[in-house]
Parts: sequence; C-alpha cells; structure tokens
Amino acid sequence: MLSSIRNLGQFCLDLLAVFGRAGNIWIQAIWRRPRLANAPLLIRQIYQLGVLSVVITVLSGFSIGAVLALQGYNQLVKYGSESALGLGVALVLVMEIGPVVSALLFAGRAGSAVTAEIGLMKATEQLSSMEMIGVDPLQRIVAPRLWAGFIVMPILALMFSVVGIWGSSLIGVEWLGVYEGAFWASMQEGVDFYNHVLKGIVKSVVFGLVVTWIAVYQGYETLPTSEGIAASTTRTVVYSSVAVLVLDFFLTLMMFNF
Amino acid sequence: MDHNHIIIESVDFSHGERRIFDRISLNVPRGKIVGIMGPSGTGKTTLLRLIGGQIKPERGNIQVDEHRIPDLSRAELFEVRKSMGMLFQTGALFTDLSAFDNVAFPLRVHTDLPEEMIRDLVLIKLQSVGLRGASKLFPNELSGGMNRRVALARAIALDPKLIMYDEPFAGLDPIAMGVVVQLIKTLNRVFGMTSIIVSHDIHETASIADLIYVISDGKVIGSGAPEELFKQDAPRIQQFVKGLPDGPVPFHYPAPDFREELLSRDKNNFSFFR
Repeated sequence: MLSSIRNLGQFCLDLLAVFGRAGNIWIQAIWRRPRLANAPLLIRQIYQLGVLSVVITVLSGFSIGAVLALQGYNQLVKYGSESALGLGVALVLVMEIGPVVSALLFAGRAGSAVTAEIGLMKATEQLSSMEMIGVDPLQRIVAPRLWAGFIVMPILALMFSVVGIWGSSLIGVEWLGVYEGAFWASMQEGVDFYNHVLKGIVKSVVFGLVVTWIAVYQGYETLPTSEGIAASTTRTVVYSSVAVLVLDFFLTLMMFNF
Repeated sequence: MDHNHIIIESVDFSHGERRIFDRISLNVPRGKIVGIMGPSGTGKTTLLRLIGGQIKPERGNIQVDEHRIPDLSRAELFEVRKSMGMLFQTGALFTDLSAFDNVAFPLRVHTDLPEEMIRDLVLIKLQSVGLRGASKLFPNELSGGMNRRVALARAIALDPKLIMYDEPFAGLDPIAMGVVVQLIKTLNRVFGMTSIIVSHDIHETASIADLIYVISDGKVIGSGAPEELFKQDAPRIQQFVKGLPDGPVPFHYPAPDFREELLSRDKNNFSFFR
C-alpha cells in the first residue's frame, strides 16, 4: 500500500520534471529574440518540415475528401438533400478533419524525422561540440524547428482542406451528379470565416506547436544509443498523435460554445 | 596575468551512484602542455566536460582565467567557451556540412569577417592539418583519422587560448599519430595555447607534455614532469607507466568471486530475447 503511494508520488514528480525540462527547452529556444542571421536556418526547416510534407498531405486530403463525398452522398440522397453535400464536407474538413489528420500526418512524417535527427546529433556529440564552440544548440538547432512547425502546420492543414473539398467536388459533382450550383452555394452560405475557418486554423497552430515541441524534446533528451533513438522516435509519433486527439476535444469544447 | 590558466579546487562529481571525483584538485599552468592520464573509466573526459561547463560539479570550484565556471549563467558560459577549443574523441563534425564549412562554422558565427577572409583562414587551418585538398569532402567521406584532423582545424579556427584534446591519439595509424603529436606541439609553441591532453597513450603524451597528472579512483595519484613521474616508485604509478595488467589499480570491474559465480546456478543472466 505504502509502496504504491510512493510509486504514484514518484511518477508525479517524474512527470513534473519532464514538463519542467520540456518547458525550459521551449522557453530557451523561443523566448529569446530571433536573429535575422538565423533566417536561412528557418527557411531550410520550413522546406524540410513543410514542403517535403506537401505530397503526403495533398494525397491524403484528396482521398479523405473523396470518401466523405461518397459516404455523405449515400446518406443525404435518402432524404433528397444531396445538395447539402458541399456544405457538410467543407465544414467537416475545415473544422475537424483538416487540422487533425494533417497534424497526425505531420507527426509521422516530420516529427519523427526531427526526433531522429536531433537524437543522432546528440549521440554523435555534435550537440556537445556545438556547445563547446560557443553556439547554443537550443538556438541554432531547436528554435528553427519549433518556429517552422508553428508556421507550416496551419498552411498544411489549409492545403489539406482545400484539396479535400476539391476531391469531394470531383466525386460529388462530376461523378455522382450533385447539382453544381447547389454544391458550391450551400458551402458559400454555410461556411463562415470567423466561426469555422479561423477556428480550424487556431487548432492547427496549436497542433503544430505541440507536435514539434514533443519531437524536439524527445530528440534532445534521448538516450544516445540506437535503442534510445528508436524509442524516442516511436514516442514522438505516439505522444503527438494522442496529444493532438485529446487537445482537439478540448479545443472544440472551448471554441465552439458548448 | 596569473600563472595558472585553470585551477580546479576540491571538486566532487558523481555519475548516478558512482563517485567519479573525490575532492580532486589540480592546476594547469598557462601556455604549457598538460597530460591527464589514467586507466579508462577514471573520468578523464568528465574532467574536460567540467572545465567546459557542460556539466556542473557537486562541490568545489573550477576557475578558467578569472571565470568561476560553475557559477556562470548559460549565456556567460557560451561567451567564455569562445576562448576554448575542444577536440572530441570522435571528431564530432557536423555531418550536414563539408570539411570547409565545418572549419568555417566558428568563424561565421562568432566574427563579422568578410567571406573572402574566412575562406583564406579556413584554407590556412586546413593546410596546417594537411587536409586542404579534402576541403570539399563531407565527414562521411573522410576516414576516422581525417575526421579528427578536420575537427582539430575547427577547434583552432578562432585561435583559442586553451585547447582540450580528448584522446587525440586513439585509433590513429602511426603516421597520423606522429602528425597529430607534432601539430599539438607546434600549436602550443607557436601560438602559446595552453593544451590539455587526455589520453592513456603514455609514450606519445610523455613526449610532448610539460606536466602530467595521473588520475585514479577520483584522485590525483601522481604528478610531475614526465621524466620525474616515471622515476616515482609509488606502485600505482609504476603499474600504469609500465602497463602491468594487475596491481593496486584493478584490471577487473568489481565482481563476486569468479569460481563461485561459475559454480552457482544463478539464472540472473538469463535473457528471453536472445
């Protein structure tokens, strides 16, 4: 009994320590004034994390938009309201599926890469040697990745939603024969920029921050062995996926007036 | 200016349960080559990390010039490190940069020199380690010894006042070894860099060092100029200098009795995932 209480206490202390260290990394990296000289590093990370994730995001967005159109049409046509297909697909994509699924893809594609890269730098003493040269790796390695994730994630989520809507219009309008005017007009009328699109963007900004934060922390604190790096990379994907889904629930609760 | 470049005063440091340093004290005189020797696992590399401020001692003081390293803030520490160079055992070059860019890295981040001047400086440094011809190669295209020489060029890029070598001779072929020995000596004589060599290659270190400290069990067990040190008849020093397998410094990691362990039916070593 006593030992289980002790274990619980130890667990809570360890958890707090993790949050403390992660918070410290985040503040050290982000809080100081970003320097213009570091702009090329940021651009490179935007390429690494963002541009290289475009293909997977676009392909997934298209598939999900197409599937939503197929399933949505099947249900809506029973009530003769298939003209609302455009509205339904657009709302689902912009508010939920766009930010969430693109963040999950981002965690798998870019988050794991960030963890493995930083972890390997630690294992090969590159971080140590950078410190000894007098350059703070938190500024040079960690900060550009955090900023890049923050910038890139909402763009990827928007891209996902736009391609998804296009995919659903191809299936719904061109193939299943939903009246084109109704498809787009219902969307134009029902989707509000402030209430729907902007809230989706806020979500994806938060997801971008959280995913890159987890990835960077796992890489920076990895055990510098091959097993250690493998475990950290796995943890990055698992923790960020869970974090995205849980946060999505709370963000929805907070932003959509329940 | 003070005679000693580095003063280490009764420093304690533990790695988890294991005690690495037990009130260790030593001084590094300015402009000299100092060898730090001892069996592997005695914390020689740890000592360099303590001097560089990458880890903090539990107790005691480490003074480099007028700076008390354990008391410095993160930003101050990075400032102080600009006057230190460190050669890592693996070289630790940045794998995404070529040899040229690796050597240029400290110059680009810490100076405002124009690119043409940086180019000239980098070529001079690479020439001094004999690898000017390899400037376009990436670390994965260089051999282990070449990696280390490029890393040496990078460590001296900013002409530091203090340079620390972590096992600079380990795993080098005889030619490269001779080159590195000469380089360390030349850098010290020409630029007056205080040099600390952590190594267990007795002959190479003794051939260039002005002063040697032998460390074992967290303490300095002997020190002096190489020829003096070799004459000391303390058994621990003699064992190390002559390379005897067992003596006061045990070769074996602490373990239960060999015979008993072999005969016992202890299944603790059984592993399911073989």
